[in-house]
Amino acid sequence: MTGHEHSQVEVHHKEGFIRKYIFSTDHKTIAKQYLITGIIWGFIGMILSWFMRLQLAYPNQPIPLLEKILGGWAEGGILKPEFYTALITMHGTIMVFFLLTAGLSGTFSNYLIPLQIGARDMAFPVLNMLSYWVFFAASVVMLISFFVQTGPAGAGWTMYPPLSALKNAVPGSGFGTTLWLISMALFIVSSLLGALNYITTTLNYRTKGMSMGRLPITVWGMFVTAILGLLSFPVLLAGAVMLIFDREFGTSFFVPSGLVLGGQPVPHEGGNPILWQHLFWFLGHPEVYIVLLPAVSIVGEVLATNSRKPLFAYKICVGAIIGIGALSMIVWGHHMYVSGMNPILGEIFVVTTLAISFPTAILIFNYLVTVWRGSLRFTPGMLFALGFLGLFIPGALTGAFLATAPVDIQLHDTYFVVAHFHFTMATAAAFGMFAGVYHWFPKMFGRMMNDKLGKIHFWGTFIGVYLIFFPMFFQGIAGVPRRYYSFTEYNFTSQFIGLNKFITIAAFIAGAAQFIFLFNFFWSMFKGPKADKNPWKANTLEWQADSPPPHGNWGPELPVVYRGPYEYSVPGAEEDYIPQTASIKVEAK
Amino acid sequence: MSQNQSKFHGLLFLFFFILGSIASVWVVLRNGWWLPELASDRETIDKIFVTIFIIAGILFVLSELALSYFIFKYAGDARRKAFYLPGTTKKEILWSILPGVLVVMILEISAEFLGGASIWGKIHGEPPKDAFLVEITGEQFAWSIRYPGPDGKFGKVDPKLISYDNPLGIDMSDEASKDDIVFPAGEGVLYLPLNHPVVLLIRSKDVIHSPFIPNFRVKQDAVPGMVTRTWFVPKKEGEYELACAELCGLGHYRMKSLVVVKPMEEVQEWLSQQTPAGDIYW
Ligand code: HEM
Ligand SMILES: [Cu+2]
Ligand SMILES: [Cu+2]
Repeated sequence: MTGHEHSQVEVHHKEGFIRKYIFSTDHKTIAKQYLITGIIWGFIGMILSWFMRLQLAYPNQPIPLLEKILGGWAEGGILKPEFYTALITMHGTIMVFFLLTAGLSGTFSNYLIPLQIGARDMAFPVLNMLSYWVFFAASVVMLISFFVQTGPAGAGWTMYPPLSALKNAVPGSGFGTTLWLISMALFIVSSLLGALNYITTTLNYRTKGMSMGRLPITVWGMFVTAILGLLSFPVLLAGAVMLIFDREFGTSFFVPSGLVLGGQPVPHEGGNPILWQHLFWFLGHPEVYIVLLPAVSIVGEVLATNSRKPLFAYKICVGAIIGIGALSMIVWGHHMYVSGMNPILGEIFVVTTLAISFPTAILIFNYLVTVWRGSLRFTPGMLFALGFLGLFIPGALTGAFLATAPVDIQLHDTYFVVAHFHFTMATAAAFGMFAGVYHWFPKMFGRMMNDKLGKIHFWGTFIGVYLIFFPMFFQGIAGVPRRYYSFTEYNFTSQFIGLNKFITIAAFIAGAAQFIFLFNFFWSMFKGPKADKNPWKANTLEWQADSPPPHGNWGPELPVVYRGPYEYSVPGAEEDYIPQTASIKVEAK
Repeated sequence: MSQNQSKFHGLLFLFFFILGSIASVWVVLRNGWWLPELASDRETIDKIFVTIFIIAGILFVLSELALSYFIFKYAGDARRKAFYLPGTTKKEILWSILPGVLVVMILEISAEFLGGASIWGKIHGEPPKDAFLVEITGEQFAWSIRYPGPDGKFGKVDPKLISYDNPLGIDMSDEASKDDIVFPAGEGVLYLPLNHPVVLLIRSKDVIHSPFIPNFRVKQDAVPGMVTRTWFVPKKEGEYELACAELCGLGHYRMKSLVVVKPMEEVQEWLSQQTPAGDIYW
């Protein structure tokens, strides 16, 4: 497989602005397009969460400013409950799919795979460009849904029918949901185009000497992620098409007979709402690993480089990533313990879920050992990678509660779950993404980001995130259900009025820290100090290319690989790093 | 590079996790934030929860402290080279697999040994024959409640019969319907007998709902087109809240019902004072 020749050196004419920046087929430009679109989505998603937090902290208190911003959705300054459900739906969808799937995989799979395997571009550059533009179209459709009369989709990011299937069930289930489904269908097509490219490129375009066993952990992470996407996204696509049919053409895949909604009989017959849940979570669970694996692998790379140590037990780490990917396809039922699904099935999913924590624990432990006795260099990227570990640990440990079916009876659909997934998938993956941005920014843009601002950003975010989400575990333990517009209706929820104000303040502080990042990102892009080829003294191939690499990445000759990616601090070596292209012999004891 | 090798970050990590752990314990104890008081026979759930909580709590503190300590201790130093440890020898591989095995064993298998599988089986198994039956039906955004009456049988329902006067669509031609006691949406109370098994039959008229009684550790989705079921034994007299746990629309947050637990005689007496369906519908 190795040594696949692919060295037709393209002769470059000056490209026009449009070919160079807009409809570019260069994987590096496409990566940047994904990154910037992702950042925009991230900010939109975050601002939506501010509205939710305001409502939860000050239920029924008019906030005149809200009416100015949201108009009819907050008449008299009080958010409407139907808009709250639209907010959680859009926040969840945007964060999971648009920021942490497209934004994360789209950016780093595109940027890193060709550079780290020593290729000139993706296997199918035009498909790659299409993948971005289909994603862009999905983004536009999703954005438009904010402006339709009945508001954006409102049945939660999980879109459970009949709520999502019956147009009168909630205002958002009108035209907003139609747009949501169209947008998601486009989104899935885009992910599939991307995934095909990532897989093909990784398998066929590795340069001479780059065996699979010498791939950086990042490439392994993106590769397994792409396979997961390819296997699971089509199932959601099928589900989405069936849901569109139920809504528009009178079929009944998910809607049973005999329903009466708001006094009116519903004409559907013979469907089953639980079928949707199986289809949704068949993607939905792998999806959390589609979000997590790129982040986890970025973290591994950044940790090793900045600890100046080999990634501990590289082969086991790769095995763990493959194991997580494979097992993630057969655990979806743990989201459905109280759904009415066959209870024996529930027991089986307890076992598979138990099994997946095994590779996860190994991976995290190996990362800790990688840091142990290193010579740590605290770049902002490194801090975010360490922060990832700090956040993922409580997230993973609380998974043990939810995996245990009887305990999940109590905790399912409470704030315990909200806290759990925000630690594991949401903020941990966001930290992985930040680590990646800080680490590869010099390569991407040829300039360094500001170190001080990066560190302030890190600490504001890390502490902020803990203050926001850690208390939610205790709200969930006390039984507070999620997706609630206000906590004022029940005695067991109203005890948290004070805590909710506290969490909201923390959310605003953590959010403010993101604007420091925004400033740093765009300011450094133009004004940052120039970066040299290899500012972190790292081993992987991309650091042998110019910063930023030219179209085609390498000079006339493709790089040749002589060693694995993690030979840091090898005893007897002159420097504490040995690039993969170095052909010198160093005998480690 | 020197600022990138300072002990500052390690200290801050240590400080954050130590202070944070102490503050959390203090705040949680002071406010009594914990599981709601247990009022049913599902104490096994609490037992497993507490066990995992203790183990996970210890693992959390240990691993965060280890992480913070490493960050503090191994901050880069020009005079010291990192310890070369690729993790390729047999011994090292064992080292990396062992903790995974341990964590999984301790956390989850022990939880199952505490009776997880058996309580799961019990909850979903056959309830005792003499159990007290009650049916709860969700609709946007309230619960209807129905008791079977003296015959202990629910009458047939047919959605086609649903009307303003007959909100559950009870088929009055069925003999078993006549003595059913029906509370239309939002007007009923879940009156349950103390120390007596209760079977909750759960239905929905429109979208998915999920009756959740935190004090009982009871939650089971109400799925349109299906009847789901759960059973338990109320163990404490008193009043409890029933909430909806599955997003069902804009009123999801206020889809509440009252649960009252009284000795069996009082429940029977209360039921005998209610008007049976046969006297309201015809
Ligand atoms: C800026 C920090 C964030 C804050 C303050 C925040 C806050 C919230 C709030 C208040 C909810 C609604 C809880 C409820 O009513 O049930 C929520 C739901 C959710 N959040 Fe976040 N969030 C943040 C970041 C993220 C990120 C980065 C992700 C990425 C995966 C994410 C994913 C989700 C998901 C999937 C839901 C569930 C939506 C649903 O129930 O349909 N959040 N978040
Ligand atoms: Cu899952
Ligand atoms: Cu509800």
